[in-house]
Amino acid sequence: MRQNTPTLEDLDLLRWDLRQDCVDIIMAGGGGHIGGDMSMMDALMVLYLRHLRVSPETVDDPNRDRFVLSKGHAMEAYYAVLCHQGFLDLADVKARFQQFGSPYIGHPNNKLPGIEMNSGSLGHGLPVAVGMALAGKMDGRDYRVYTIMGDGELAEGSVWEGAMSGSSFALDNLCAFVDRNRLQISGCTEDVLRLDSQEERWAAFGWNVLSIDGHDLAAIDAAITLAAETKGKPTCIILNTVKGYGSPVMEGKAPWHHQLPNAQEYAQISADFVARKEAALHA
Amino acid sequence: MPNKIPNRQAICDVLMRAAESDRDVVVLCSDSRGSASLTPFFERFPQQSVEVGIAEQDLVGIAAGLASCGKKAWAASPASFVSTRSYEQAKVDCAYSRTNVKLIGISGGVSYGQLGMSHHSAQDIAAMSAIPGMRVYLPSDRFQTARLVEALLADDKPAYIRVGRNPVEDIYADDDCPFQMDRATWLRRGSDVAIVATGEMVRPSLEASRELEAQGISATVLDMYCVKPLDVEAVVEAASAARCVLSVEEHSPYGGLGSQVAQVVGERCPRPVRCLSLPDEPVVTGTSPQIFAHYGLDAGGIAAAARDLLARAGE
Repeated sequence: MRQNTPTLEDLDLLRWDLRQDCVDIIMAGGGGHIGGDMSMMDALMVLYLRHLRVSPETVDDPNRDRFVLSKGHAMEAYYAVLCHQGFLDLADVKARFQQFGSPYIGHPNNKLPGIEMNSGSLGHGLPVAVGMALAGKMDGRDYRVYTIMGDGELAEGSVWEGAMSGSSFALDNLCAFVDRNRLQISGCTEDVLRLDSQEERWAAFGWNVLSIDGHDLAAIDAAITLAAETKGKPTCIILNTVKGYGSPVMEGKAPWHHQLPNAQEYAQISADFVARKEAALHA
Repeated sequence: MPNKIPNRQAICDVLMRAAESDRDVVVLCSDSRGSASLTPFFERFPQQSVEVGIAEQDLVGIAAGLASCGKKAWAASPASFVSTRSYEQAKVDCAYSRTNVKLIGISGGVSYGQLGMSHHSAQDIAAMSAIPGMRVYLPSDRFQTARLVEALLADDKPAYIRVGRNPVEDIYADDDCPFQMDRATWLRRGSDVAIVATGEMVRPSLEASRELEAQGISATVLDMYCVKPLDVEAVVEAASAARCVLSVEEHSPYGGLGSQVAQVVGERCPRPVRCLSLPDEPVVTGTSPQIFAHYGLDAGGIAAAARDLLARAGE
């Protein structure tokens, strides 16, 4: 873990502010993938604020940790975190997200500081992360590589090619998250194409597997630490999450994969974030 | 004495020389090191070699990840697979993300002529050329292949290189291989027909030009190893000096060298153009020479096409 990191108590409050930023970005741009943003946000926040060794000053440092957003459509959550960490300016992102000629597109754009690779098409992040981790091993660098995949994304065969190579190359500097929110555009993942059991599948592919509550900040934090301590194999952290986490308006509802809140829904979602932050403050 | 060194071996030789002094040169294969003639590299530089198994998407994705961390990643796999199975990785992870990945399509075109359409790559020029930021090269002999690889080692942009499986007759020599990056090589200058060829079609085009010369027909032969970026000025110069233009390629009739040459000629110096290529159908079973002869992609067929085109141009 890095020095001078925020506490988990700090993050228990911050996560609601970041969600509000994320929703505001979506509203400003007139669209986004809000459900997956909300399910992934807690893990992304804990990773960036407590573990990932990269800052706006070190985006070109060969020893920096790498992060690849494989579920690239959850870009708005990524913008919120990148802005909070000082890579990007929140006001500028909100002003220009998805506008004509803007660099702030709906998927990762590696012309922006802090973004390593372009993505958007699913199933790309893990093989790319394998390559990054392999380069670290070749060069004897101690950086770590992280990627976050969606669960619907796991139907892509290239994910499993990457899974095979990750364990075959014994990449213990590699950590993959699966945002297991169990919903994709067409509905429940198990109705679209059966994905259970992810724990057994990743273990069978030779990975260290940690399956946790993806909204339990302490569990996320401990899992990332444990992954870094695990030698000889890569780690897959399965984040059991709720799509749209943070407001009953969206939670567990497939249409909120990319639904845009109307004014009333926006007000309710924002109020729910405030209420949850208040509850955390007084817990 | 016929040349016995295939272009793929020339690639390996240059990469091995580079790897001696540059540990960032990395070669990746998908159970294809033998067919890519890269076994010597894997044996000499195991720490700079990556075997991913039969997984072309993984091959190109990993290459892009390596390249994003400063590696010069050369990924070799049969052209039929690397240009299609991992097309999206070439598009997103290499070209769109601007990573220094060089994709080597081995056994290109109809090198695997007897193995069926699954193993032919008659679409790779069109597919790769259509990706913004992806360059496409088809060197014509082993000496030019070496010069090309040396030039590509010096830049940090993605590219696709197609080579055939079998040795091809030399066009150049080790001490006589004029090469300028992204500029076609003028093999002959003529005034009747401008022949623009790429890859393995350059040699029969050159032979055709000699046959035509004996018949009193003056032909230009351009070795357009750089299909993208096409050497537009060379095409315009060659076409402007001739009455008609003939393109020759081991590729589908759609979206390859011929399409690009016809675009340029039509826009800049209109005159009759004929595009010699493979047909828009699974090609006949056979060895490469048999297939080329069948479709008129040998010296005799190219010369005949040139005479026919000239006759029409003269009407």
